[in-house]
Amino acid sequence: MSATPSGTTDRTLGAWGAIRLVAGREITTRLRSKSFVWLTVILVAAVVLGGVVLNAATSSGPSAERVGLTPATAGLADAITSTGDALGTEVETVDVADDAAGETQVRDGDLDALVTGTGEDLTVVVDTELSPGLTAVLTTLAQQAALADAVTALGGDPAQVAGDVATAEPTVRTIGEPSEFDPARYVTGLITGILLFMAIMISGQLIAQGVVEEKTSRVVELLLATVRPWQLMAGKVLGIGLVGLGQVTLVVVAGVATALGLGLVDTSTLDLGTAAAWALVWFVVGFVSYALLMAALGALVSRQEDVGAVTTPVTFLMVVPYIVGVSVAPWAPDNPLVVWLSYVPLCSPLLMPVRIALGSAETWEALLALGLSLAVIPVLVWLAARIYSNAVLRTGARVRFRDALRTS
Amino acid sequence: MATLEIDALTKSYGAVQALRGTSFDVRAGEIFGFVGSNGAGKTTTMRIVLGVLAADAGEVRWDGRPLDLAARRRIGYMPEERGLYPRMKVGDQLTYLARLHGLSAAEARDATERWTETLGVAARRGDEVQKLSLGNQQRVQLAAALTHDPDLLVLDEPFSGLDPVAVDVMSGVLRDRAAAGVPVVFSSHQLDLVERLCDRVGIIKDGAMVETGTIDELRRTETQRWVVDGPPGALWIGAVPDARAVRLEGSRTVVELGGAGGGSGVDGAGGREQAVLRAALAAGPVHEFSLVRPSLTDLYRDVVSTAADETAPTTEKVPA
Repeated sequence: MSATPSGTTDRTLGAWGAIRLVAGREITTRLRSKSFVWLTVILVAAVVLGGVVLNAATSSGPSAERVGLTPATAGLADAITSTGDALGTEVETVDVADDAAGETQVRDGDLDALVTGTGEDLTVVVDTELSPGLTAVLTTLAQQAALADAVTALGGDPAQVAGDVATAEPTVRTIGEPSEFDPARYVTGLITGILLFMAIMISGQLIAQGVVEEKTSRVVELLLATVRPWQLMAGKVLGIGLVGLGQVTLVVVAGVATALGLGLVDTSTLDLGTAAAWALVWFVVGFVSYALLMAALGALVSRQEDVGAVTTPVTFLMVVPYIVGVSVAPWAPDNPLVVWLSYVPLCSPLLMPVRIALGSAETWEALLALGLSLAVIPVLVWLAARIYSNAVLRTGARVRFRDALRTS
Repeated sequence: MATLEIDALTKSYGAVQALRGTSFDVRAGEIFGFVGSNGAGKTTTMRIVLGVLAADAGEVRWDGRPLDLAARRRIGYMPEERGLYPRMKVGDQLTYLARLHGLSAAEARDATERWTETLGVAARRGDEVQKLSLGNQQRVQLAAALTHDPDLLVLDEPFSGLDPVAVDVMSGVLRDRAAAGVPVVFSSHQLDLVERLCDRVGIIKDGAMVETGTIDELRRTETQRWVVDGPPGALWIGAVPDARAVRLEGSRTVVELGGAGGGSGVDGAGGREQAVLRAALAAGPVHEFSLVRPSLTDLYRDVVSTAADETAPTTEKVPA
């Protein structure tokens, strides 16, 4: 029927065009689904709220101690705040008119303490007791005053002595492994592990369900009359993968922004940007690997109820590195099981980013694991394409794995 | 104008031989009815034509060349088990499928609008497919086979489950496409419909075509049957040589004329039917004397039942 000249464009659809169409449909379908939107909102909210809760839990007690100063002690304001800074206690000084006014404020709880008296004879008025932080600050202050008096009496310069004292510190020589516990790294490692597991698991299940949906509804027969099986599979993996990557990026960005905004990692050696970038890289690698397996296994069954059962081996394969990653790795990053599993393809994507976040993996280790994982992907592509092509049109009973591997 | 040639296809599923050298062709502008009992190989043949299944041997040619993916994209296909995304909207779905056939986004939208209008489902474009009645889903399915203005239509049981109005709409569309030069091949168990609609018919049995041709060609059998409504046959049948009474029911007698010269067509009996008439008239008044024109259903039953059990009486055998 070449005699139908109705087509205005030349109707050729290359492989890439077919893949793009399939991927486009997956993306629109996913973005329009309420469950996807809600899951994204919940994940982002969980990360932000988690950061806020963590911040509240780690910053100890009320922020600044309020110390009242009478006109007689007002000159100590700078000394008190700077001593407080040195000792790690934030102090806010407030000038009061006289002792009586100050005592009233202490009683009302407006002030934590009132400092009266003169230079070497300081009196601190409190409601019930002086907080440990303020005790240290004011004791140091009194000691410095006494020291300054003595230095002056001996003919020295109190200011210079104070400066020398402030800069004097011992030389620290480390002879063992620094094994200090870094809470920011621990939390980041944990979140990375959980997030990647969830994201890869959910996207993988979406792939399997999507394959089965096409099989159940028999639309696959219509599709395969126009595109090749591998194009259909590639489009599906690409589409769902891009949506998943967008989702994970959103959550990671929200997490990083929360951490930076609240200063959660200020005291840590953690490089949040690097950890986040690696997490995204590992999501892509992990997603592609597992998506291929999920697509192949999904093609073996014809009913949504069977998806869970048929994908169990792959789910198990994901759960093992995940459990190791969130339960063993944070406490013992150098555990041999953790280290070795983090090189094994299919385990790496769930374990290596945790090690990176924990700071236990050198860059070359990460690159080596990445290389190994990437090397396995062509094998997975071949395997998945074969199983998928052979099984996707066989409806009814579950196709046996061995039959699907055979050429039909 | 191109012809679809199906040439000696064989296919087996494990130990089951589904096709054993199936061959037929569908010519430009022709509606070809593909008939056969369940499991005879109709769906397998169609799937091989569409390339969703690979044949063990044999070839499908289009315009003299083996069908490739580009040519297959120009086929309008309706699978036996309907295939649409249940949760996708009718309009989106048709547009998507049309684009997979190579149409641009704008062309696909236009075609979707045009065909949903023609098939009477335009009002449901914004609804999910699963919300439509089965009959309407069927119309959408047909639209999916037509949006890309196919060069060839391959429809597996397009009429099953349709109400009479929808059958008329569907028939009209098929006739219309054929008139535009498109070869149309469809399978059906509704043999009266096939008889009415098709230019040619193919009967497949156990994976091989046993009959192909126009209905009239299929009717040209070795024997002819004549109906005589008049005096009871037992009274006069003995007077006609070569004649055998197939049925004797009161005044109605069905006579079979066999042997050489049984031939085809009304004239083919070589005048021997006149002997039957004369014998009957001699016994009493005759109210009706006519050639039995077997319907496709009769022909089909004959074809399907003969090889199955050669020795069993062929009358009143109803295929499952």
